[in-house]
Amino acid sequence: MTAATIAIPKPASRSRLSWAISDSTAIAARNLVTLRRLPQLLIFATIQPVIFVLMFRYVFGGAINVPGVSYVDYLMPGIFVQTVTFGAMSTGVGLADDLRTGLIERFRSLPMARSAVLAGRTSADLVRNVFVVMLMLIVGVMVGFRPDSTVVQFTAGIAIVLLFAFALSWIFALVGMSARNAEAAQAMSFPIIAPLVFASSAFVPVDSMPGWLQGFASNQPVSVTVDAVRGLMLGGADAGDIVASVLWSIGLIAVFAPLAVRRYRRAA
Amino acid sequence: MNTTLQIQRDDPRVSSPVPPTSTDAVIRVEGLVKRFGDLTAVQGVDLAVEPGTVFGLLGPNGAGKTTTIRVLTTLLRPDEGRASILGIDVARDPQAVRESIGLAGQYAAVDENLTGRENLRLVGRLTHLDRSVVRSRADELLERFGLVDAADRPVRTYSGGMRRRLDLAAALVHKPPVLFLDEPTTGLDIHSRNDLWSIIGELVDDGTTVLLTTQYLEEADRLANRIAVIDRGQKVAEGTAAELKSSFGNTIIDIGFADAFDADRARTAMQAAAGVEANPDHRTMQVSVGTAREVLGIARILDRADLDPETFIVREPTLDDVFLMLTGHVAEDTTDGESS
Repeated sequence: MTAATIAIPKPASRSRLSWAISDSTAIAARNLVTLRRLPQLLIFATIQPVIFVLMFRYVFGGAINVPGVSYVDYLMPGIFVQTVTFGAMSTGVGLADDLRTGLIERFRSLPMARSAVLAGRTSADLVRNVFVVMLMLIVGVMVGFRPDSTVVQFTAGIAIVLLFAFALSWIFALVGMSARNAEAAQAMSFPIIAPLVFASSAFVPVDSMPGWLQGFASNQPVSVTVDAVRGLMLGGADAGDIVASVLWSIGLIAVFAPLAVRRYRRAA
Repeated sequence: MNTTLQIQRDDPRVSSPVPPTSTDAVIRVEGLVKRFGDLTAVQGVDLAVEPGTVFGLLGPNGAGKTTTIRVLTTLLRPDEGRASILGIDVARDPQAVRESIGLAGQYAAVDENLTGRENLRLVGRLTHLDRSVVRSRADELLERFGLVDAADRPVRTYSGGMRRRLDLAAALVHKPPVLFLDEPTTGLDIHSRNDLWSIIGELVDDGTTVLLTTQYLEEADRLANRIAVIDRGQKVAEGTAAELKSSFGNTIIDIGFADAFDADRARTAMQAAAGVEANPDHRTMQVSVGTAREVLGIARILDRADLDPETFIVREPTLDDVFLMLTGHVAEDTTDGESS
């Protein structure tokens, strides 16, 4: 470096939004490199859902009565939603890890958009979820899952799963930015997730649950999303469920994205 | 601590003869206060760093050095007082400050899973350099920091020294005129430390203004044009290394005796003539004197008392002596871990 040290290359003038997108893309690319370099992360992310598929398909499924469809067809939309819901924890775990190593500190000292580290992470996790859902779809077909709807409806079902996953990522972005370390982020996440996934229509019909639980179980976002996806994949799409799921996702993003970014600005 | 020495806390020689209050200071801190709950990490620190100089913040763990750097690099907002970089207020326009600063050291980091080259390019993109500039700049820095061979290996395969060099390189991608180094060599072996020291020296030769924190007196002595000694959130002294040392007295005599009884007698005999500081072993002591003539005086006092020292070593004061005098404890003393 010469005496030109003082001459800072002037950043090209672009709008704030344009920079925010460019910064987020750079961060997302960085997170995806990690995924490409450590493909075992993707494999680990699907081991648990595969076990769930096998358990419910071959162990518990026989004891569960679902009206009108075979249990494996009933199960798989639930599995897709369950997979991305548990997977959303990794958004928080990853951010907590970046906080611990000091990487967030570096990013916060750079003149980059304040939203970019979180938006980049949630976007990269969205891309990861595309792969995870595809893998689970293959597993589903292998154990007898036979969707019965149009390509458009089926694709819309996948899109609803991914939108919901993206919304959940923002909740866990907030958790990750508030946790001391990755283990703590994981520990904080589980109590949020477990009731949503298990007290839902993902594995069993809600009307088989005790009355006091049904009110929660049929209206909470995981059930609403599972019902919407199930309708889109098995025929008999319910507009009410679809709208409710999309509204849940948009609402979660609208609440948790600003909270997470605010937490990022103040991260200590 | 000996009372004779304590007076020197306020010795005018310790604070700068010409306080650097000129308007062209690159880094300016006035009455900075930062609290964490009940803990006041920084309580009313003033600093001014002239362009193209290295300013050292010297102090033990928990003294408030890192907190000060984190306020200056916009990572924390000050509770009271003001801080500005190149005239830009860190609280009012943090984004503009970020364009002019680089941060490296203990806590700032690089991504383990990316290669060295990818890390530098990522920072280049995030500091909004043109794509072509990002590439050439990354190559240039890899070359300069001796990381060309490791450039395409993931950082998790790097040694501690290589990692620290990459970390510093990452802070320089956008050629910031002001560089903050938080304990840049803590935990490094001597070889890597010397490497980093010479790199920092070159940066300053190129006109970069540097503020660094360190627990190592040798590091402050070697790198910094001016040093502020920070203890418990306050600045207890400031000056050049030479000024700080001379405030202690020009000469130190280390005197040792075979037993504590003789040592005690010697201390009593010399007390009137000079500042005497007993070491914890009760058999050795440090005497600070101003002139060579006073050294002879001390020797005469001991001789008259018929004392027979085992050691009598005359030397220049080190920053260690200064630190001990100013803070009442040795520099490596670790109080509570710096929460910041």
